[in-house]
Formats: sequence, structure tokens, C-alpha cells
Amino acid sequence: MSEKHKVTVTVNGKEHSLEVEPRQLLVHALRDELGLTGTHIGCDTSQCGACTVQMDGKAVKSCTTLTVQAQGRSVTTVEGLGDMSRLHAVQEGFWEKHGLQCGFCTPGVMMTAASLLEENPHPSEQEIREGLEGVICRCTGYQNIVRAIQYAADKSERSSEEVVTARTGSDK
Amino acid sequence: MANVFGSTLKRREDPRLIVGNGQYTEDVQLPGMLYASVLRSPHAHANISSINTEAAKALEGVVAVYTGQDLEGKIGTVPTAWLPPDSDMKTPPHEVIAVNKVRYVGDAVAMVIAENRYTARDAVDLIEVKYDVLPAVVEQEQAMDENAPLLHESAPQNIAFHWQAGNATDDVFDSAEVVVKQRFRQQRLIPNAMEPRAAVAQYNAGSGEMTLWVTSQNPHIHRFLLSGILGIPEHKLRILAIDVGGGFGSKIACYPDEAMVAYAARDLNRPVKWVEDRKENFLVTTHGRDMVLDVEFAGKKDGTFSAIRVRNMANMGAYLSTAGPGVPTILFGLIVPGAYKIPYAGADVYGVFTNTTPTDAYRGAGRPEATYLLERMVDLFAEEVNLDAVEVRRRNLIEADEFPYHSAMGLEYDSGNYQAALDKALAMVGYDDLRQKQADVRSQGKYLGIGVTTYVEICGLGPSQVAGAVGFQGGLWESATVRVHPTGKVTAFTGASPHGQGEETTFAQIIAERLGVPFEDVEIVHGDTNRIAMGWGTYGSRTTPVGGNAMALAVDKVIEKAKKIAAHLLEVSQDDVNFSDGIFSVEGAPSRSTTIQDVTLQAYLAWNLPPGVEPALEGTSFYDPANFVYPFGTHVCVVEVDPETGDIDLVKYVAVDDCGRVINPMVAEGQVHGGIVQGIGQALWEGAVYDEQGQLVTGTFMDYAMPKARFFKNFETAFTETPAPQNPLGVKGIGETGTIASTPTVVNAVMDALRPFGVKDIDMPLTPERVWTAIQKGSGQQ
Ligand code: FES
Ligand code: FES
Repeated sequence: MSEKHKVTVTVNGKEHSLEVEPRQLLVHALRDELGLTGTHIGCDTSQCGACTVQMDGKAVKSCTTLTVQAQGRSVTTVEGLGDMSRLHAVQEGFWEKHGLQCGFCTPGVMMTAASLLEENPHPSEQEIREGLEGVICRCTGYQNIVRAIQYAADKSERSSEEVVTARTGSDK
Repeated sequence: MANVFGSTLKRREDPRLIVGNGQYTEDVQLPGMLYASVLRSPHAHANISSINTEAAKALEGVVAVYTGQDLEGKIGTVPTAWLPPDSDMKTPPHEVIAVNKVRYVGDAVAMVIAENRYTARDAVDLIEVKYDVLPAVVEQEQAMDENAPLLHESAPQNIAFHWQAGNATDDVFDSAEVVVKQRFRQQRLIPNAMEPRAAVAQYNAGSGEMTLWVTSQNPHIHRFLLSGILGIPEHKLRILAIDVGGGFGSKIACYPDEAMVAYAARDLNRPVKWVEDRKENFLVTTHGRDMVLDVEFAGKKDGTFSAIRVRNMANMGAYLSTAGPGVPTILFGLIVPGAYKIPYAGADVYGVFTNTTPTDAYRGAGRPEATYLLERMVDLFAEEVNLDAVEVRRRNLIEADEFPYHSAMGLEYDSGNYQAALDKALAMVGYDDLRQKQADVRSQGKYLGIGVTTYVEICGLGPSQVAGAVGFQGGLWESATVRVHPTGKVTAFTGASPHGQGEETTFAQIIAERLGVPFEDVEIVHGDTNRIAMGWGTYGSRTTPVGGNAMALAVDKVIEKAKKIAAHLLEVSQDDVNFSDGIFSVEGAPSRSTTIQDVTLQAYLAWNLPPGVEPALEGTSFYDPANFVYPFGTHVCVVEVDPETGDIDLVKYVAVDDCGRVINPMVAEGQVHGGIVQGIGQALWEGAVYDEQGQLVTGTFMDYAMPKARFFKNFETAFTETPAPQNPLGVKGIGETGTIASTPTVVNAVMDALRPFGVKDIDMPLTPERVWTAIQKGSGQQ
């Protein structure tokens, strides 16, 4: 009914040109136009975090972002976080520490966690719990989500140590 | 492959879910798919005087608009599938789309089908409906008043049913040394599974087959009920629910929306998708709890219990939902005496219609409500007879050597060691030290409280004969097929339909251990009625005790057949063949052996089978359990209450649960965590509130307080293992224990903290405002 707008957006490293209604939500563009159904809609009111993606590296809720706002930006969804051959540390943490049950909130929670760790690579338990303020999980009771994020933080620490060790040529 | 059972193995459902490859209903995209949107009543109670759909139909992109009148005579009504006997139950028709009258805010008035979801929404706004608004009633006691607005002509005083059970008579209470009475409210809760409900329907006019993807905990029950509503024979109706984003009871029920979507897809001969938004989820997806409970509890001064009786006024909402009537009656009433030796017990239950969203199962369904009132009464009674709350429990718990135990409500508890779980929990929390600390800090003006719950629950629903006797309109057995492929890999099919509980992992563990094949070689299929002949679904913690045992028995059938083939290949009699860890060997000559994989290949090649043995290798079991199972445990919580603000700090939480043998400790622990949080949600924050006109005031996540990560500290959980004696695996169920136990545990802790203020009870949720007010009003002094 309303006039369509042309939007160019890079999603998971790939550029897409879309023609969308100005009111279309980013989450619908991702799911319906691009077939990236990993991003979920739990509330459509910015409360639950299930739809969280990264836009230019920052966590945003795609249920309250318009597709036109993504013009010229770079969006990462759970499909771009990592894949089975190369899981992101957060994905690995969720698997290792049983951070998911039904898995519906999980993509959004992991995207939130990934951003959280980028801002604060060594969060305390309390900081993780506070960092999850914008997400709701009905299944897990959060404890294992916290453990999963701690696992990811520890892992990045380990791998950065490994990098340093490799650079300095130490054989320890 | 021994020791797979009982081990922490990472979940095999996780990889697809963590990379975004899940198959949830809304993910289904079909060519030519249309979108549905539902116009819902803004009034709680009104007659519909006219509907004008012209403007909606004229909108570009709109394909159809259906009203109740359009569907009349073409579609059935939504059935109630639990009819407790001897309850004089009224089941007034629940129309798929309301025809003349709406009975709650959210009742469907029309459905729009359009080329895309935005247009469908736009069109809904263009439908003009004229309503004659009627007075509404939202509260069950008011609804029972003779002058209250009447929802259904066939149910005078809005009483849907009256059900009674038990042996507790007036005499028992009249002659008791101590009687404690209390009224409790189980506030209405909103299940809020994170995935909203959704349905996608596709019809093949040529074959007459309908495929319906739907958010369901029990696809076969959906097939069963929708087949009747739509008039499509079951064998032409395929229901799929592969990944389901949580249910907590709310995805058991059969809803009008699903029927509408299927109807439209057939009528228009195009696929149709409908997805609920969160606001609709609040309004239309079934709610839980909502009971007013008057309790009498009797005992002796020495602390022994003698009787409990409860009058339950249960708010059923505007219609009787699928399993709704079973919740406040059978699931609630039968467990009222709980884990204690109480010779007399009784339940007197009214199910009441009101102008609110229908209620149905919500995690625990009936058992949390019963456990709550019992555990609160035990604390109130302990205070009355001046004994420690733990001591009172210890004196009355059923002893380990008293099983099987026959309760006053006619149940046979299978097995238990309640004292052991209690001891373990008390040791973990350091109970004696805590009581000392409590006394110490109280003198410094700090209000520490310790709450304890010792519980037993009924789960593993079956046997079917009992299901029939209690009015459940279905069987409660479960099916399993274990198919061993020529290569020795296994696909197993379960009629249970897990949605987050991890059965793809735990069932694979059962098979791997029992059949002696690698865990990685086993795949579990669920949630598709075309791949699984029949099943009854996942709810009431029945999946492992019923579905898991079906799986074990199906494996046994495979082994039985394989053994015949192995004996033939090894040229010995069957009695001389041993089977262990996937190897068939000859008794007394263990080096003469063959593997399950080799035998399987031979079974498929069929070049050399013993006479009378058919080719291929698979086993199917339709397992009907001999009895329910009865998990139990003790939870302890420590809180600190700030009397200035009414704020409650959860200092420590310890849970010891016994679900029989544990298949995967990590998965079991995860279930406990989730359950605890849901139960604490009820105790402290959650609650649906309607205003007098029947508007849901708490209709978004802004108004309905959901538990968030920062509200909690880590829980400490542990298990004791008392095997279930009546099933092959010795397993019980773990999905609901946390929710059942945590609500009374936390409330008991808060009441314990508030004892110096003379506060005896506060209605849930214990918001700071309520706690503060109770402290102000309390009769005690600091
Ligand atoms: S769907 Fe976006 S925050 Fe809930
Ligand atoms: S895993 Fe189900 S909502 Fe989080």
C-alpha cells in the first residue's frame, strides 16, 4: 500500500538489495525476504531479546528496527556468528554448558552475549546477569546461560593466551 | 557402550539450534503462502449485533475474511478433552469464531487472509463490529453469585462442574486437637513460552491431504481433535511440530486459531500462515492456576497430622479448554495430602466460568497448587504447635519402608526415601547453623528467613485405564519404534513430542546403552504424525517415564529378534547366547561371538535366517505403564527481607530432587533450574490482573513481571536416586519438580523472616509493596 524503498544492506558479509515498505521491520526482512529464520520474534515489543542481531557490531533488537534503518549498514545474525565447522566461542559455550533448552530465545541471547563480551571480555557473574537484562528465557532458569557466557569468556582468554604464546615462540 | 545411561553428554539437539537451523513453525515458508490475522473482541462480554467486512475485503491484497457466520455448519466446535466423572460437567459449545456473543477479551470475531502479514493486520483494523456490551464477571466467587452475569445458558451460576473426592468428614475436624484454617489464592499466571503460538496449513485438493505445522506439545492429540473439528480423516491430516519454543502446558490445548487456519487453507486452496503476537499470546493462549482455596488442616499437639481438606474454586475462564477441567480436580485433588501420613483428606472443587481467558495446564498443573497449600499449612501448623518446621515434616513424612504407600486420596505411591532427600538438602544448606545465624542477625535487626518444602508429585501419566477412569478422553500410553538400519545405525521414533526437554539426547542414551551401539549412531524422530503412527505427547513429566520406557521395551524387542538370528549364525541354541554391550556371545565360549551390527546386516540380507524369522530389524512398543510415578524431594531457600522496603533478597537456594534413575544429570539439572525460576516467578513477581470490565491489565512484558537473570543467584541442586519399581528403566520425571517445590519454599522463607512482625500469610506474588504493607499491618513487634 505504501511506496517501497530501496535498501542496500550487508547481512553476514553478503550485500543484499531489498525493496521494502518503509514500515517493514528488520526482523521481517531477515526472516521473510532473506530466509534467515534463525532470528526469532518472541514479543515484537523490544522486551524479550529473541530478535537480537548485531548492526555494525552493536546488539540491536530487530523487532523494533526498521529495515530502512539498516540502509548501508552491516548486520550479523546468528547464522553469521559461526557455523558448525567454526562455532563462535559463545555458541560453543551454550552447547558445552547446556545454555539452551527449547532454543527459541537462544539466537538472540547468544547475539546479546557476543556483544556483551566484545564490550567486556572478562565479566563477573553479576555483570553477565545484568548484561542479560534485555532478554527473557523461560526455559533455562539462566544459570546455565551464565555458565555458557563464562565459558566463552574463558575460552577467548585461553585463545588469546595461545596467540601470545605462539607469537613469543614459547614452548610452554 | 555401557555407562551412556547416567552420563552427562552434550545435547544432540543443540547444534541445529545454535547455528539458527531450527525448524519452528514460523520458519515454514511455502510458495504462494498467505497470512492470517485475527480480529479479537475488545470486550469481555458482549453480543455481536453486526459485522461489516466490506472495507476489509476491498483492501488490495486481502483474499478472504471469515466471520463466525461464514463458518457456521462448516466447521465443528473446539472440544473439551477432560471430563472428570461424577462432576455434572457443562460443556457449552466453544465456537471457532464467535457467532453471536463474545465471552472474553480476545475471543475471535473474524479472520482475515491476505497476501502478506502487514496487509492482513491493516484489514483487521477495517472490520466494523457493533457490540452490545454486557456486564462482565472476572472473579470466580463473584461469578458463582446468583445475580452474576451468566456466560452460558447451560451453566447456572456459571458453575461448569462440581467434583468431590476423599474421606475427610466434619467429625475428623470437630474432634481434632489442633485445627488450622487458611485461605490461599493461587494467582492466575501467564505461561509465556518464548515462542508464540503459530500455525501453517497446506492443503492438497487432489489427494485431500492437509498438512499443518503447529506449535504443539502433542501433535497426535492435535490430529485427533482437529480431525473432528475439520472433518478431515486422521490419515489425511498430518501434524508437524519439530522444534517448539517451549510450552509449559500452554501448547497442549487445541485452539480455535489452528482450526481456522486449516479451514482457510482448504477453502482457498493456498497455504496459510498465522502467528500470534505477544499481545495475543497474553490474551488468548491459555492461562494457568487461578484458584481460591479454603483449607482446613488438623493434627495433634505433638505435631502429628491427621486431616486436610480443601475447597477449591477454580476459575476456568470463558470456555473449558482441552485439559482444563482435569487440572483443579484430578491433578490437584489427588495429591492434596502430599508426602505425609495424613489419614484423612478431601477436595471439594468448583470449576467456574468467568469472562476471562480459559485456563488450562501450566507447568505442574494442579500439583503446584496442591503442594503450595499443603506446605504453607504445614508451616502454619508447626507454628501453632510450636515446633520447628523441619521437625514437624520429619515426624510426618512417609517412611522409606512404608512403600508402596496408599494415600487417603486413593493413590498408590510407588517408592520413595523422603527423609534421605530432606537430610541431604538440610546438610547442603547447613540448616542448623542457619537457624543459629537467623537468631543472631535478628537481634541486629536483619530479617533472615528459611523456607523448606518436602514434596511428592504425581507424574508419568498413564496407565490408560486410569486415564479413562478419571475422564481423560484419550489413552496415556506411549509408542516407540526402534529401527536398526542395515549398517547398524538406528533411527528411533517417539510419540512423545519434546520441546526443550532434551529427549533427543536422553532417548538416544537409553538406546545406546541398552542396544550397545554408539550414542552417535542413534537419531530420534518426533513431532511428525506421518512418521510416528501414534503417541500422546509431552506434558506432566510423562515423556521419560512413559515414552522412555516405551523406547527401552522397543529395544528389547529388537534384541529378542537379533538374538534368534545370532544364535542361528553362531549355530547354538538361543538359550546359550549372551548379549551385552552390543555383542552376542556363546555361553562358556565367549570368543565365539558376533556384534549387533553384523547381526543387523544379516537380518537385512536375509540369506541365512532361522526358520520363521522375518527379514529386517526393528521393534515397536506401545507401553502402557502399570502406575503413575512419584518423584519427590526437598527444597530449601534462604531469603533476607528488608522491612523498610519490603524487598526480598534470594540469598541461597538448594534443591534435592529424586526422579528415580537419572539418565543425563546435566539435562535433569537444567529442567530443575528452569522449574525453580518459574516457581519463584509465581512466588515473587508474576500474576495476571484483570480489571472489573475484564480487560487484562497485565497484557505485555511491560506489565507482567517475567523472571530475569539478574533476579537470581546460582542455585545448588542435587539428586537422590530411588528407582521407580514399576518401570523397566526405574525412571520418574523431573520437568515439574522445580516449579512445584520452589513456590511454597520461597513463600515459607519469607513468612519465616516476617515471623517477628506477626505476619502469617500474604497473597502471591509477594511484591515489595505487599510485603511492606503486611509488615505495617502485622500484629507483632520487632
Ligand atoms: S522480539 Fe524483539 S525483543 Fe522480543
Ligand atoms: S531456551 Fe527456551 S526460552 Fe530460552
